Amino acid sequence: MIEVEYTDVAELRGPLVVVRGTGGVGWDEFASIRLAGGRRRHGLVLEVSGDLALVQVLEGTSGMAPGEIGVAFSGAPFGVPVGPGWLGRVCDGLGEPLDGGPPVSGAESVPVGGLPVNPVWRLPPSEPVLTGVSVIDLLTTLVRGQKIAMFSSPGLPHLDLAAQIAAQAHAPGEPFNVVFAAMGLTHADALGVRDTLEARTSAGDLVLLLNLADDPVIERVLTPRIALTVAEHLAFRLGRHVLVVLADMTSYCEALREVSSARGEIPARRAYPGYLYSDLASIYERCGKVRDLPGSVTLLPVLTMPAGDVTHPVPDLTGYITEGQIVLSRDVPGYPPVDPLASLSRLMRHGVGAGRTRPEHADLAAQLLAGLARARQAQELAELVGADALGPLDRRYLDLARAFTGRLATQGRTESHDLGETFDLAWQVLSTLPRAELTMLDPAAVDTFYRP
Amino acid sequence: MAAVTRVNGPLVEVDGLGGAAMFDLVTVRGLPGEIVAVRGERATVQMYEYTGGLTPGLPVEPTGSPLSAVLGPHLLGGVFDGLLRPLTGAPMWLEPRRLAGTPAGRWRFDPLVARGRATERGTPVGAVGTAGGLPYLVLSPGGAVGSIRPAGEYAAGDVVATIGDAEVRMVTRRPVREPLPCRERLAEPVPLVTGQRVLDLLFPVRLGGTAAAAGGFGTGKTVLLQQIAKWCDADVVVYVGCGERGNEMADVISDLARITDPRTGGRLADRTVVIANTSNMPMMAREASVYTGVTVAEHFRDMGYGAVLIADSTSRWAEARREFGSRAGTLPAEEGYPADLASAIAAFYERAGRVTTLGGRTGSVTIIGAVSPPGGDMTEPVTTHTERFVRTLWTLDRELAYARHYPAVSWDASFSRDAGPLAAWHDRNGGEGWAAARARVSALLAEAGHLSGLAELVGATALHPRERVVLLAGRLLREGLLQQSALSTVDAYCAPDRTLALTGAVLGAVDECLALVAAGTPAGDVEGRDFSAVLRAKESG
Repeated sequence: MIEVEYTDVAELRGPLVVVRGTGGVGWDEFASIRLAGGRRRHGLVLEVSGDLALVQVLEGTSGMAPGEIGVAFSGAPFGVPVGPGWLGRVCDGLGEPLDGGPPVSGAESVPVGGLPVNPVWRLPPSEPVLTGVSVIDLLTTLVRGQKIAMFSSPGLPHLDLAAQIAAQAHAPGEPFNVVFAAMGLTHADALGVRDTLEARTSAGDLVLLLNLADDPVIERVLTPRIALTVAEHLAFRLGRHVLVVLADMTSYCEALREVSSARGEIPARRAYPGYLYSDLASIYERCGKVRDLPGSVTLLPVLTMPAGDVTHPVPDLTGYITEGQIVLSRDVPGYPPVDPLASLSRLMRHGVGAGRTRPEHADLAAQLLAGLARARQAQELAELVGADALGPLDRRYLDLARAFTGRLATQGRTESHDLGETFDLAWQVLSTLPRAELTMLDPAAVDTFYRP
Repeated sequence: MAAVTRVNGPLVEVDGLGGAAMFDLVTVRGLPGEIVAVRGERATVQMYEYTGGLTPGLPVEPTGSPLSAVLGPHLLGGVFDGLLRPLTGAPMWLEPRRLAGTPAGRWRFDPLVARGRATERGTPVGAVGTAGGLPYLVLSPGGAVGSIRPAGEYAAGDVVATIGDAEVRMVTRRPVREPLPCRERLAEPVPLVTGQRVLDLLFPVRLGGTAAAAGGFGTGKTVLLQQIAKWCDADVVVYVGCGERGNEMADVISDLARITDPRTGGRLADRTVVIANTSNMPMMAREASVYTGVTVAEHFRDMGYGAVLIADSTSRWAEARREFGSRAGTLPAEEGYPADLASAIAAFYERAGRVTTLGGRTGSVTIIGAVSPPGGDMTEPVTTHTERFVRTLWTLDRELAYARHYPAVSWDASFSRDAGPLAAWHDRNGGEGWAAARARVSALLAEAGHLSGLAELVGATALHPRERVVLLAGRLLREGLLQQSALSTVDAYCAPDRTLALTGAVLGAVDECLALVAAGTPAGDVEGRDFSAVLRAKESG
């Protein structure tokens, strides 16, 4: 194929190049840009108008000068090779190796934009992914095919927790892989994540894509899409259960805003583009389980709420699309600082119980949450009127909250609890309450496990 | 010849489209699009599919007709995308360039008129058997019946009658952005029973009325709307998933297929039409989906049925309009929405109504929309405009949802402008005492709300004994009457007579307590009574 190169650059602005004199260039095509000296960058066509093509340069436009660059168009949207060759690899945000290995190859190349799954083909998620983190497995169980977000504030160990989940998560007795995509992470954070995931990476179970904070912002727009394209193939063609961790979606959204602003688009809330919802949906909706296929894609987007504000557009729109959230809070001591009352897994009810986790799981979680809610009220009251004014029952509830924090909700960053341990801990915690308070549980289960 | 000059996502500009009308459909390389602006020979087109690979210079083919939906007996029990193209039977990955042809399959047709008879437009000329026992009616375009086929099985596209100079088939095409005409709107209010006590008793909606459920994420909008879809007493439910989650749509579809319709004994799905344009399906088809949905509802209305259209969520529809307006360079008004937002919302809800159809039957379209205010901000434009145009508003409250009080319908931030007339209707139609019970519940809730604010300041024990009992009454009403579990087998649906009986039982307990304190019993003793029978009454069938 003869590559036609266009060199007539009409404009350079932010991450954008306007190329004149093009013909037959299609919207959303992938472009290759040759710089003076022969180096190459990559781009996507954002708009075509007459003989003009507006190209977004993924690695940024710094050092580019009109007259010294040439742009060639590929005739197809941006795609990546797919297949098991990704497993065990560490790559940058565009999928180029960082681990010294050869470029990742695969049997076929697939556009990263993805296609929507026909809703009629979807199966409602109904089996758990176990993370080894007791507070999550017990109270906010991840369900295979679900998307559940982790909401955090700056300074909290959400990356540690996300990496721990990526290192430990599994679907008992089934093939399981993890794709971890980092967007805009600092070098220190990326190093930490890489370390935590080292064992699983070298075991050939995990794909790590790293777009760092000083990498080109525009690459970030593609990183999650590459991750999901790889994951979809592993899940729906190769039959694996795949957990995709996307951290940090706030950096991703900022990258999107940067491109939108460079294009002169009319800004919506907090200057994010008006299509932020559709754009986030095009990422988050790429999870699920499909009829007649064995695999699944479970999605865990992680995001930092700017100033801890849950009504900020990024967490707000994420909350509208995802099926629940794991909320980290400064008010929770120890690690992991998951706020159990603010966290919710909407599909959990379908994913736990007899044959999946333990028969009493849903009731036990409900009982524990009700108890923690009551303990919180008692705590607030105690702060107003003094602990002495509390009745004996309220004090038992405070004991429950203490036992919960101390025994169940706190664990080490490399410590993985199996389901049996998690339930043992949960029953120990519940056993701090008088038996008469355990009204939401089956009396037979209480007989078996209640040990005051 | 018309050709593409510019492509920017779903926005395509075309030159040489002289003579094409606004909102006409065109196709570019097999992809459908709609003309939304014309200046001279140049037109702006909104495309309904992913436009990757479209280049300037591609030929554009006008179809000469506006965006239309294929209506027919295949609708009941089916699942469709925003352009009403069947998803049942479509592949797992939704590639662009799928076309909506005539549905496959054969249906049983029974003629209802004889040859030679003069018919008005809208008169049923034949009944088509469908899976759910709800006959699908073929309506006359108006005129004398020239020929009509005998009873038998026919394909959807077969001509089953000639009337006037028109060939009549079981399927027909209708433009979606234009309301189907009717003879007359009816003023008399008749309730739509939703089976949800807090709605039916406090904030009811009427047949042909409009309602909106507004609340931030996590307040239970979707579960509430799904409950209404499953249990309301409409003949046909059109459920539009407009830019919502795919897993939720999967849940709706599998639930509908599983649940038995209490009225027909068949599958609930057989009287339901699901339009599933989830959040990652093409954005402009999402914009169209609310119009295709209401067109389907009007089509069944014209057969004389009570149809309910549920749109989850109208905020996503408005956002799709904003997104396109922004690409097209429309001057933005409030929060970037196009200035026609208010009139578009009003026009959509105005397609509701209980009417006499052209054929002389009584039918209705009730519209229930979900509103998803960004950041839970009830002052944002979609919410504020919707509030003005609907007759019933259900505001979902985050505090109630966090306290696991479902449905989390706030009793002080919701309204129903039809509540009075509908309560009077119940009084006249076998629900004697409904209006009085409703007034009592509303008053007690309002007083309890006011007093609980006071109690937080001075402590409950500082209140007058009667006031303490009113606080208790508020709790009994909330827990014994208004809370209703979507998961409960006996309580997911509540018929009006049972709603009235439960209301009576709770109010009876309240009156007893009021009488006790009035006679001098200390308030603490009254509060300490065992109310579990009152609170659990709803759990027993």
